[in-house]
Amino acid sequence: MNEPKPIDWSKLRGDFPILGQQINGHPLVYFDNAATSQKPRQVLDAIRRYYEHDNANVHRGVHELSNRATDAYEAARARAAKFLNARSPEEIIFTRGTTEGINLVAATWALDHLKPGDTILLTELEHHSNLVPWQMVAQRTGAKLAFIPITGDEGTLDLSRLDAQLADGVKLLSLTHISNSMAVVNPVADICARARLAGVVTVVDAAQSAGHLPLDVQSIGCDFLAFSSNKICGPTGMGVLYGRRELLEKLSPYQGGGEMISKVEYFKTTYNVPPHRFEAGTPHIEGAVGLHAALDYLDAIGRDAIFRHDQELANYAAERLAEFKGIRIFGPKRGRAGLVSFVLPNAHALDVATMADQKGVALRAGHHCNQPLMAKLGVPATLRASFYFYNTRAEVDRFIEVLRGVVKLLGS
Amino acid sequence: MTIEKLTSNFELLGDWEERYGYLIDLGKKLPGLPDADKVEENRVHGCQAMVWLRMSRDTQNPALIRIRADSDAFIVRGLISVLMILFDGKTADEITAADVKSVFSRLGLDQHLSPTRKNGLFAMTERIRTLARGLAIEQNVANN
Repeated sequence: MNEPKPIDWSKLRGDFPILGQQINGHPLVYFDNAATSQKPRQVLDAIRRYYEHDNANVHRGVHELSNRATDAYEAARARAAKFLNARSPEEIIFTRGTTEGINLVAATWALDHLKPGDTILLTELEHHSNLVPWQMVAQRTGAKLAFIPITGDEGTLDLSRLDAQLADGVKLLSLTHISNSMAVVNPVADICARARLAGVVTVVDAAQSAGHLPLDVQSIGCDFLAFSSNKICGPTGMGVLYGRRELLEKLSPYQGGGEMISKVEYFKTTYNVPPHRFEAGTPHIEGAVGLHAALDYLDAIGRDAIFRHDQELANYAAERLAEFKGIRIFGPKRGRAGLVSFVLPNAHALDVATMADQKGVALRAGHHCNQPLMAKLGVPATLRASFYFYNTRAEVDRFIEVLRGVVKLLGS
Repeated sequence: MTIEKLTSNFELLGDWEERYGYLIDLGKKLPGLPDADKVEENRVHGCQAMVWLRMSRDTQNPALIRIRADSDAFIVRGLISVLMILFDGKTADEITAADVKSVFSRLGLDQHLSPTRKNGLFAMTERIRTLARGLAIEQNVANN
């Protein structure tokens, strides 16, 4: 067996111009990667190059620049298909992000298919983006919501009743791959296989997993999967929705406008084929170009190596955090993804994050768009440190040192 | 405490740690609200921490407005203490006229006053002004 060649992580860090700066007179420690990642020079250069050389609208003109822009846009689609191991680029819809991807499925498949009495199955871990759209669908269709429960502070799903739950009128299951607050990696392939046996359509929220571990939609076996570009080194306002071709072909359009039509008359329209049917209006072309560069960048490193790196940092951070008396650390003891959420005794998350920022450490404080989950855990807010491949153990040490100072100042 | 005294205390403090330490101490000393008042109708939204605010007319002198507020975060409680020094026991006109921005700027805390910050200071200030105007109108109606 070939030994993988060692990765020079500090050299990769040098690709990120933003990370070299000082915040409030201290070196920036950026631990809010689960919210958005930073961008390497390669992505910034690709976007700049696109605007300096190839910019035009896509799928319209016959002129050279329009052809180049269209080629770049469609090349990004093919690249995204490869990134997910989709069967073809036609299964890739470009969106504004994970949230829009989920809303697209909600507004098309779900509104077309769900009837009063049907059930939408979610988990108790879901981000508001994978909860609120389904509440809206339930209100409009008369379908009801049900939830796969979690087990305590570890946040792993209790799948012991999954088959019974699926058999209870469930038409659609939508779940997160990696929890943005609990760092749990859900066994999505197993869950989707059981859902498929029950004839249930599946949606995977891959916002925290794409770009963090290898993703293969065929081996996961989901019908839809959504992720965001901004969390994986790509530009903001860009995302991908994978949809299995057989489903996409039968799906109603999402928004109306240019690009999504094949023939328009004053009183009726024939819609374009997927994926264009779901991309009304001028798309985020430079977003696609930047995403393409980001996917190339990540795959040159290797997503399995990235996952191991981030997991090691998260485990190390959890281990160091355990030094704080009375701390409550959330997430699984084994198999943690690259983030750690915690609550310090008698120290409000907002206070801690405000003061950590004074020392250049960027943490997230709050409910992380998981209000029902926070209520279930009985905490108003948690602190979260989330990592990416450009973060280092030295930064974790610095974070712990800053946290000690903050705890002392709070007198807790 | 007066706002002048608070400002001169702050000026004696050196680095941000001392300033935050002082703010946290102020927060710890804040009388706060009884649990019965920590209800939805008293909530101030726009903060990552919980914030509750109650305002009433002074029982002795109805022209004056009394403010009581609380939060589960110490820095927010500290910021509330500063607002109390500025606003508690003042008339509605004084509350409307107070230059909150320049006070926080002298304290080196003006970055907390931005509406995009999640500490609720901006929302609290707006709420106090709105409620003060409401109480003043009630008072005028009662007098006429």
